[in-house]
Amino acid sequence: MKIHEYQAKEVLRKYGVTTPNGIACFSVEEAVKAARELDGKLWVVKAQIHAGGRGKGGGVKVAKSLDEVKQYAGRILGMRLVTHQTGPEGKIVKRLLIEEGAAIKKEFYIGMVVDRATQRVVLMASSEGGTEIEEVAARTPEKIHKTFIDPKSGLTDSDAEEVARKIGIPEAAIAQTRNFLKGLYKAFDETDASLAEINPLILTGDSRVLALDAKMNFDDNALYRHPEIAAMRDLDEEDPAEIEASVHDLSYISLDGNIGCLVNGAGLAMATMDITKLYGGLPANFLDVGGGASAEKVTEAFKIMLNNPKVKAVLVNIFGGIMKCDVIAEGIVAAVKQVHLNVPLVVRLEGTNVDVGKKILAESGLPIISANNMADAAQKVVAAANRT
Amino acid sequence: MAILINKNTLVMTQGITGKTGQFHTRMCRDYANGRSCFVAGVTPGKGGQDFEGIPIFNTVREAGEKTGATVSVIYVPSPFAAAAIDEAVEAELDLVICITEGIPVRDMIRTRYKMRDKKTVLIGPNCPGVITPDEIKIGIMPGHIHKKGRIGVVSRSGTLTYEAVGQLMEQGLGQSTCVGIGGDPVNGFKHIDVMKMFNEDPDTDAVIMVGEIGGNDEEDCARWIKTNMQKPVVGFIAGVTAPPGKRMGHAGAIISGGKGTAQAKLAVMEECGIKVTRNPAEMGKLLKSVL
Repeated sequence: MKIHEYQAKEVLRKYGVTTPNGIACFSVEEAVKAARELDGKLWVVKAQIHAGGRGKGGGVKVAKSLDEVKQYAGRILGMRLVTHQTGPEGKIVKRLLIEEGAAIKKEFYIGMVVDRATQRVVLMASSEGGTEIEEVAARTPEKIHKTFIDPKSGLTDSDAEEVARKIGIPEAAIAQTRNFLKGLYKAFDETDASLAEINPLILTGDSRVLALDAKMNFDDNALYRHPEIAAMRDLDEEDPAEIEASVHDLSYISLDGNIGCLVNGAGLAMATMDITKLYGGLPANFLDVGGGASAEKVTEAFKIMLNNPKVKAVLVNIFGGIMKCDVIAEGIVAAVKQVHLNVPLVVRLEGTNVDVGKKILAESGLPIISANNMADAAQKVVAAANRT
Repeated sequence: MAILINKNTLVMTQGITGKTGQFHTRMCRDYANGRSCFVAGVTPGKGGQDFEGIPIFNTVREAGEKTGATVSVIYVPSPFAAAAIDEAVEAELDLVICITEGIPVRDMIRTRYKMRDKKTVLIGPNCPGVITPDEIKIGIMPGHIHKKGRIGVVSRSGTLTYEAVGQLMEQGLGQSTCVGIGGDPVNGFKHIDVMKMFNEDPDTDAVIMVGEIGGNDEEDCARWIKTNMQKPVVGFIAGVTAPPGKRMGHAGAIISGGKGTAQAKLAVMEECGIKVTRNPAEMGKLLKSVL
C-alpha cells in the first residue's frame, strides 16, 4: 500500500526522523491558514499524489508571500498533474502539503528496501540527492553505499555513522544523521514498510539534516497489524476496478489492450497475457482468480473485467487442479448469463474433470469458442478481437 | 531416488485441524504411497486427538519423536505461519514445505535469519509444494496430472507449473520431482538450490525451469548452470507484458527500478546456454527437443 508524502512524514516524525514543519490541506483557504500558522517568509506548496516527479510536472512551487501561497494552492489543487510515473492521463490533485521553506546547502539520497538476495533490509545512501536514483545507479553505481541491516541488532550506531561519513555529511551533523537513520530503520521495521525513500535528505545552512521529501510503501500482508497505517489508504489514488477486485479477493490490474484475460494463478495469468501479445493481441488486464476459484468469484471477475469498455473479446484460461473444471464451467455459464456478455468469449479448460467441463460449456447454448490449448486459445481470441 | 521426497518420507501436517490442512492432508494421503507417508498432525492444544486416524500432537518435536516424521507441511494461517516454520526448524526437521500464502515479509526476514546455521531446508512459502509422482505428493497440486518419469520441474508459480507438467505429459514425458519454490520475495530454496539437486539426481535427465518477473534468482541459477550443470535445461519466464511497478499477484512478482524484467532474465538464460521459449505453450515441446 502507498501513502502520501505528508502521511509518510507524520509516521517518520514519531520515530525521530526530522522533517520541515508542514500542514496537510484540502482547500485554498486551509492552505493560506496553514502558511500563516507556519510563520516564516517562505513556503513550499506541494501537490500530494501517489507518484514521483511532481516538481517537474508543476506540482511543487515555492511561495514568497501569503498571496503567492493562495495563488499556487489555487493553481495546483484540482489540476491534472502529469509526471513520468502517472502515465499520460495524469492524476487530479486533491490534497496539498504546505511546508516552511528550508535553506538547502546540500542534497543527499536515502532509501530502504528489502533485498531479496541477502534477505535483509538494505539501506542505500548517496551523495547524489534530488535526482532519480535509478540514473545514479546506472551511471555511477559507486556513489551508492549499501548497508545490509542485521535483523537482530538493527542499524547500529557505527553503521549509521559510517554511512553518514561516506556520503559526505559534515562532522557537525553526524550525530543527528545517525539518529535520523536509526529512526528511519526503526520506522521501516516496526510499520512493516516495503519501501522508504528520503529524496532528498537535505543539509541546511545551520548544519541540520531534514527529510525534504518522503515516500513510504507498506507490505499489504502485514496491514492487519497496523490499523493506523491501513486508515491512511487514499482510494482516490487507486484504480476503481482494482479496488472492486480487492473487495472480492481477486488480483486485478488494468492494462491498455482490448482482450480481457481471466486466469487462475498469477504465473499462468502472466503467461496468458504474454502469449496473447505473442500472437498479436494486447491484454486489457491481468486477472488472477486464485488457484482455487469458486463459481461466485468467477462471476465477480467477469463483471469487473467487462466494466472496461475497451474489452473487445475475452479469454478464459483455467488449469483446474483442486478446483474442478466442471465447477468452473458452471461458473462461467452462470456469469455469462448474468452479465449479458456481448463480446466473443474464448475458453480454454484443462485439468481435473476437463471433459465434463467442456461438455457443460458445449451444451449451455452460449456462443462460447472452445480452445484446446494455450496457443489455440490465444490465436482464437486475437482473431475474435480483430473481427469486432 | 528423485529429489527431496520419496515413498519412504514420513510427513507431519502443521495446521492439520484447519479447513485447508484437513482437505489437503486427505488428498495427499490418498495419493500413491500417502497412507504410509502422512503419519502425524500438529495443532497446539489438540494433542491426543486424531484426524481420520492420523494422530495429532501439540508440538512438532513431539510429533517427530513419536512418529519418526522428519518432514513437515504447513497450512497454518499467515499471521502464525512464520512461527510454525521456526518451530519446525527448532525441532531440527530435515525439510519444511510451507504452503501458506500472505506471510508478512518482515516475519520471513526474521525466520530466515534464525535458519542461518540450521540443517532444515525450507520450500516456500506461498508455494504449491513438492511431488515425486507415483510415490508421494506434499502440497496442493493435483496429483493425477503427473506421472513418474525422468524430467525435473522447478517453478515459482502454481498453475503455471501444472501447465508445464501437462505439456510434458502431451509429449509422453513423466517427471522425477516437481518443486514449487513459491512466489514470495523472501523464501527458502531458490531455483539454483533445486537445480543443484537435480544435477546430482540419477533419476533426472533434464529440467524445465519456470520463472517470473522480479528478483535475480533465475539469473543466479542460469550462471550456475553455465559452468556446472551436466544436464539439459529449458526455460520460460512469465511476465514479458507486465508493466513496471505493479505487483502481478505474487508478492515477489514486481518489476522495480528497472530490475527483474522477463526480457533481462531470458537474455541471461540464453547467454548461459539455456534454451528458452517466449511461448508458454511450447515448454513441453522445447524440453523434448533437447533430449
